[in-house]
Amino acid sequence: MRERAEANLKDAEETVKLKVFRYDPEVEGKKDPRFDTFRVPFKKGMTVLDALIFARDHFDSSLTFRHSCRQAICGSDALFVNGRQRLGCKTQMSELEWPVRIEPLPHAEVVKDLVVDMEHFYDQMESVEPYFQTDELPSGEEQKQTRENREKVKMSTRCIWCSACMSSCNIAAGDNEYLGPAAINKAYRFAMDEREGEAMKEHRLNIIEQEHGVWRCQTQFSCTEVCPKDIPLTEHIQELKREAVKSNLKFW
Amino acid sequence: MTLHEHDVIVVGAGGAGLRAAIAAHEEGADVAMVTKLHPVRSHTGAAEGGINAALRDGDDWELHAYDTMKGSDYLGDAPAIETLAQDAPEEVIQLEHWGMPFSREDDGRVSQRPFGGLSFPRTTYAGAETGHHLLHTMYEQVVKRGIQVYDEFYVSELAVTDHDDPEDRECHGVVAYDIKSGEVTGFRATDGVVLATGGDGQVFDHTTNAVANTGDGPAMAYRAGVPVEDMEFVQFHPTTLPSTGVLISEGVRGEGGILYNDEGERFMFEYGYASNAGELASRDVVARAELTEVNNGRGINDEYVHLDMRHLGDERIYDRLENIIHLAEDFEGVNPVEEPMPVKPGQHYHMGGIETNENGQTCIDGLYAAGECACASVHGSNRLGGNALPELIVLGARAGHHAAGKDMEAAQVPTGPSAKSEDETSLETPVSPGEIGVDDDVAADGGAIADPKAVVENAVERERQRIEELLERDGTNHAEIREDLQKAMTENVNVFRNEEGLKKALEVIRECRERYQDVAVADPSRTFNTDLIHTIETRNLIDIAETITLGALAREEFRGAHWRQEHQERKDDEWLKHTMISWNGGSPDLYYKPVILEGENKEYEPKVRSY
Ligand SMILES: Cc1cc2nc3c(=O)[nH]c(=O)nc-3n(C[C@H](O)[C@H](O)[C@H](O)COP(=O)(O)OP(=O)(O)OC[C@H]3O[C@@H](n4cnc5c(N)ncnc54)[C@H](O)[C@@H]3O)c2cc1C
Ligand code: SF4
Ligand code: FES
Repeated sequence: MRERAEANLKDAEETVKLKVFRYDPEVEGKKDPRFDTFRVPFKKGMTVLDALIFARDHFDSSLTFRHSCRQAICGSDALFVNGRQRLGCKTQMSELEWPVRIEPLPHAEVVKDLVVDMEHFYDQMESVEPYFQTDELPSGEEQKQTRENREKVKMSTRCIWCSACMSSCNIAAGDNEYLGPAAINKAYRFAMDEREGEAMKEHRLNIIEQEHGVWRCQTQFSCTEVCPKDIPLTEHIQELKREAVKSNLKFW
Repeated sequence: MTLHEHDVIVVGAGGAGLRAAIAAHEEGADVAMVTKLHPVRSHTGAAEGGINAALRDGDDWELHAYDTMKGSDYLGDAPAIETLAQDAPEEVIQLEHWGMPFSREDDGRVSQRPFGGLSFPRTTYAGAETGHHLLHTMYEQVVKRGIQVYDEFYVSELAVTDHDDPEDRECHGVVAYDIKSGEVTGFRATDGVVLATGGDGQVFDHTTNAVANTGDGPAMAYRAGVPVEDMEFVQFHPTTLPSTGVLISEGVRGEGGILYNDEGERFMFEYGYASNAGELASRDVVARAELTEVNNGRGINDEYVHLDMRHLGDERIYDRLENIIHLAEDFEGVNPVEEPMPVKPGQHYHMGGIETNENGQTCIDGLYAAGECACASVHGSNRLGGNALPELIVLGARAGHHAAGKDMEAAQVPTGPSAKSEDETSLETPVSPGEIGVDDDVAADGGAIADPKAVVENAVERERQRIEELLERDGTNHAEIREDLQKAMTENVNVFRNEEGLKKALEVIRECRERYQDVAVADPSRTFNTDLIHTIETRNLIDIAETITLGALAREEFRGAHWRQEHQERKDDEWLKHTMISWNGGSPDLYYKPVILEGENKEYEPKVRSY
């Protein structure tokens, strides 16, 4: 592939340099993190993920990063690109300052190169009872839901579990037990869904009111800024705080 | 060696796998999912359009079945199609009961919309992200039930006994490579293994499918002895973005989007490809028209055509097609409000796959398949939009239930080589297909090893050796082989097919196989070695590409998604039959089995497929 790459580079009108973080705990020479530089041909429409794939397939097959859908729906390739959390597949190279610096997500343990350990993120997501719960179901037909209510939860249901928000959050970086924006948003998705009923909503508010829940958020908006699905995370967290206060007053 | 044991093992955690796992759990089985991607990363998430189900007054399952049979161009099996149509409503309601955020009507009921080829607007949807919600809703149920998920475990081979006749074989588990730790691990399934590995679009160089859609399930099942069915039927979508393959939905043309060639001509009309329907002609017609333009030198940059929606006006575009603006900007760097979008045809869906019946069973005892990797067959030669998602939940559930031992009616679709009605005897191939030399994957022992645990342990040992070898030796990198394979497939086995091109493709595939003999993994690491995973996948792509091409060469007619230059009509007298290919120890055997047009209450009469 190297020969093909040389030919591609020669034909290319423009080329761009990537500076990519490398680390492998068991390979000599990679145990100490370093940056490798790759020069790849630039084409209109090229994304950061395309550039990484080119570098891997033509120069170094050991270059490792998660990716699958190439269309911002699988949430695999959140990366730290030029100092900001972004999805590789959803970021046009033309929008970035060159050379482009690509690192794994901060505040997560690096497994290898650009791959980070996602377990902690998954644990937080799964700790908020992230599944629909109700006692009453009509038999043989759907539950009713108003358009307004569906609209209300719409943005919150768009999360693709990419973890960009968690990585950008200072509070999460300092408090490992903090639920983090994505998990709180998941709780919001159910708490605000009228199909679950009032009692369940109480229960859900109790979950997010725990010590490492909504009250930790200091409304810095970093999560909202990086979310590739434009979910108004900070707003959702604020709304849950207000709901929690309201429901506490009710029982006063 | 690590050996996990569960009642049911589900391989793959997209829509089909998740539904199968939940179903097995409903039956009380101890079920585990083994998946190379974390479940929410599965490509089911990419589906936008919706799920067909007859939910409303004025609609019923029989109409859905009729539409599906007609859409299949009479190559679907009636028992499977009717099962799909009958079970879909209940399964869709089940999703709603699990909280799936469907779009709603004013009265609070779930919304449905019209879709191509449907006689009733029965496509149930959740915004423009139906698949995403379906995937997440079912994963939530898996979390709720505490079903064990081994994620980032790559299943590389099945643990199947080695009887001479595939129908005597039994599946006792799978072998998986733990991507993070590098350990080769055995999974024993006491009741059954369900394959739900999704599509195989990576056989082509341009596809709407994910990078992980490499046909691992069909390739593994095929080599273990399960026939693959109707592999030549591959659906291409006419409007995908050239750099990534991201799909631009029919909606743009539905709203009035126009296709232009390099000379600014509205070619659908100018060159008479579809003088009435124009841009709204069916997917295959539009795709062929686009390629003809490019082949005749009227493509833009010799590659694509333009889809223009600027004349619709900002207001209409923002109102109805806003998500298209984001797709074009994010993935192609083009603002479609200001300039036309480049589009070209891309592989989209594979109708063919692992032969199963309507309970998801293959001819190997204990081995099931469901979802896009399987062929029951509900789509025949052409899938209707909105019919894949119901297939995932209906057939996924049935496979899961059956594997867990639920008492179910015996299936009517026959499977395995014993269903053969006819041999293919006249097929001439320029090179011989199948394994090169002896197949060391299958050391024929006539089923000598019968103890289930030993079957799994042997398979693990074989895989361990294969992987060691790939890591230790020096040789070529797989990426170049994969690239050449994909290019040859796109060039010769796309919407245009003729004998010469198909034979050319077989030659390239053979070359790829030969080069693969020397393949090696450059990355020595045991930690997250994606070089290794991709190398194993490339082998699967070669096997799948070959079956698609063989089927395409054999089928001398034009039916559904399969178009042959020399054979421009559907030939019902000769070709109302499924193309079957069995691995046969490494020298593939091509044969046919009849299509079942006899339904529960009626016989489906082949009619001209016109809309
Ligand atoms: C862009 C797009 C839009 C679509 N829109 C629609 C639509 O509107 N309506 C409709 O009905 N259909 C639609 N389809 C088709 C439909 O979405 C797919 O056919 C379907 O989602 C496939 O689901 P699946 O469960 O079979 O596979 P997938 O969701 O692809 O899941 C496959 C799973 O298998 C796992 N896997 C694969 N190989 C291995 C291995 N070797 N070891 C372990 N695990 C493995 C993966 O990790 C993954 O979890 C669309 C398809 C695409 C690409
Ligand atoms: S909320 Fe946004 S940034 Fe956070 S995980 Fe979900 S999609 Fe990613
Ligand atoms: S590759 Fe799936 S989100 Fe980027």
